[in-house]
Amino acid sequence: MKTLFDKIWDAHVVSTVEDGPTQLYIDRHYCHEVTSPQAFMGMRNRNLRFLRPEKTFCIPDHNIPTINQEQPIEDIVSRNQVDTLTKNATEFGITHFGMGNEKNGIIHVVGPENGLTLPGMTIVCGDSHTSTHGALGAIAFGIGTSEVEMVMASQCILQSRPMTMRINVDGKLGKSVTAKDIALYVISKVTTGGATGYFVEYAGEAIRNLSMEGRLTLCNLSIEMGARGGMIAPDEKTLEYIKGTDYAPKGEEWNKAIIYWKTLRSESDAVFDKEITFHAEDIEPMITYGTNPGMGLGISSNIPTLESVPEAGRLSFSKSLEYMGFEAGESMIGKPIDYVFLGSCTNGRIEDFRAFASLVKGKKKAENIVVWLVPGSWAVAKQCQKEGLVDILKEAGFEFRQPGCSACLAMNDDKVPAGKYAVSTSNRNFEGRQGPGARTLLASPFVAAAAAITGKITDPRVLMA
Amino acid sequence: MKEKFNIIASTCVPLPLENVDTDQIIPARFLKATTKEGFGDNLFRDWRYDKEGNPILSFVLNDPTYSGRILVAGKNFGSGSSREHAAWAVAGYGFRVVVSSFFADIFKNNALNNFVLPVVVSESFLAELFATIKADPKAVVEVDLPNQVIKNKTTGKSETFQISAYKKSCLMNGYDDIDYLLSNKDKIEAWEKK
Repeated sequence: MKTLFDKIWDAHVVSTVEDGPTQLYIDRHYCHEVTSPQAFMGMRNRNLRFLRPEKTFCIPDHNIPTINQEQPIEDIVSRNQVDTLTKNATEFGITHFGMGNEKNGIIHVVGPENGLTLPGMTIVCGDSHTSTHGALGAIAFGIGTSEVEMVMASQCILQSRPMTMRINVDGKLGKSVTAKDIALYVISKVTTGGATGYFVEYAGEAIRNLSMEGRLTLCNLSIEMGARGGMIAPDEKTLEYIKGTDYAPKGEEWNKAIIYWKTLRSESDAVFDKEITFHAEDIEPMITYGTNPGMGLGISSNIPTLESVPEAGRLSFSKSLEYMGFEAGESMIGKPIDYVFLGSCTNGRIEDFRAFASLVKGKKKAENIVVWLVPGSWAVAKQCQKEGLVDILKEAGFEFRQPGCSACLAMNDDKVPAGKYAVSTSNRNFEGRQGPGARTLLASPFVAAAAAITGKITDPRVLMA
Repeated sequence: MKEKFNIIASTCVPLPLENVDTDQIIPARFLKATTKEGFGDNLFRDWRYDKEGNPILSFVLNDPTYSGRILVAGKNFGSGSSREHAAWAVAGYGFRVVVSSFFADIFKNNALNNFVLPVVVSESFLAELFATIKADPKAVVEVDLPNQVIKNKTTGKSETFQISAYKKSCLMNGYDDIDYLLSNKDKIEAWEKK
């Protein structure tokens, strides 16, 4: 009666602290430049070495510019942070895919595409979107810098065992409705803190039918409803995705691995602490109107009225709409847009670029709109070249940039100016997330493409008819 | 920051907003530092200062009426990014306790790892506490970690709060998880051999 989560968690328990947390063994640790320097410093201060250096991979992504990567980073503070990671990785003997390396890109894109993320693993990173890796059937979650240091020192972490939740999405998705829309729909229903304390397993027909890219997008956004992580049981698609990647097991090791991976599913009598079911037919292309990812709606519906919001939340709701420059009760369609961002660990994979390119093919970018198309990794960038997507995008008037986290959190130069509206395929619409005063509307690559062509919020289904 | 924790009685700083995310607590552009110091200066930066860097007088941290070592916040405090910089900013500013009816998971862990105590109270206790502070900004709240009790000294109302015995002892004795894990190396090696 074990759930998928129980099976992996139980297999990694080293000990349990009396009336305290579990000591959990970690199979894979990813490290980026922003949340690791203080952990490396802590190791140095305690005069420690990594217990298992081969299990950690360092990949700078947050500060990386998306043009001229062959030159040193102009912003000296950013450059210093990226250089610090290089130095730390060298000093402690950790594999490092630095800027310009063919394996560089956003950590949550690079890990899965290289076979560093595998089913059954426990995976952590000082980054909340580590939940992404659960798409391959792993327990993956974000941690703070103190916890990063714990993993460096002991390959373990102390964690209280989360509760389990299963979210089923039955039925078939409509045209132009993607994994991103499932996620924004689910978060809008569960709310931004509704899954706090839980680890989520996604199941049901609509989930099984998602590509691996779609599953990574969905699991990526689990944290936006407060969940510790999200996961999907591995199947043939998962094996297909992993097979032949650089770090995946090979030969006899592979055969042995897949026998184990095929046992990684929730038993039919498994009991979850909470279970919710949604229907794919109810989901339309989504867009957010407020300043947290739970403030999303179907693109053709209206912003809620103040009266429909519970009283304790009205102050935050009004503050949010004021920041966005929107009125309660109004429609989203037709609102003018200034910026479009395609990319991030949420939607920076090949399928996202195929979707965007399919909509803009043969059309032209709207004037007066700035568009950043940022692949999630060099591997994605090369695949876009190979499939001719870059040509399609250029033909339509778009510029194709170099990989990195980019405008998702604007730690590099890709910042949305104050007061401007950006339709963004990233994961957070918090105040100032894409630059001080920037107004972010989260959506899928199709909705982003429709905005890029028309210069305003447009239902992509109209353009694809 | 390993300052031992016992009983704290203090006035409070109220922030009655829900879903205060870690991007508000410390915006991403301040995450480029490679040390833990100085984040308190930029706590709630974009609510606290305007574009020119002038204090926004209506924001509570700029209002001399309110001060203290206890931050009282609306539901779901600390959602979003896992950045421990948020906990460093809260601690760096001088808060030792954050009171809310609900915390995001990662922030809660990060706070505890920096000897800042997140205290979860009921919605009604929180609502009353906001009312008390509004009526009297000098109202004192006592947070008693050994007994796990928070008391609104004005109304006399108190509630017990949860914390694992392990974390409680860490906070009270000033040791952290790494100390524990390192003392436990034989178990790690035994697990690896399984």
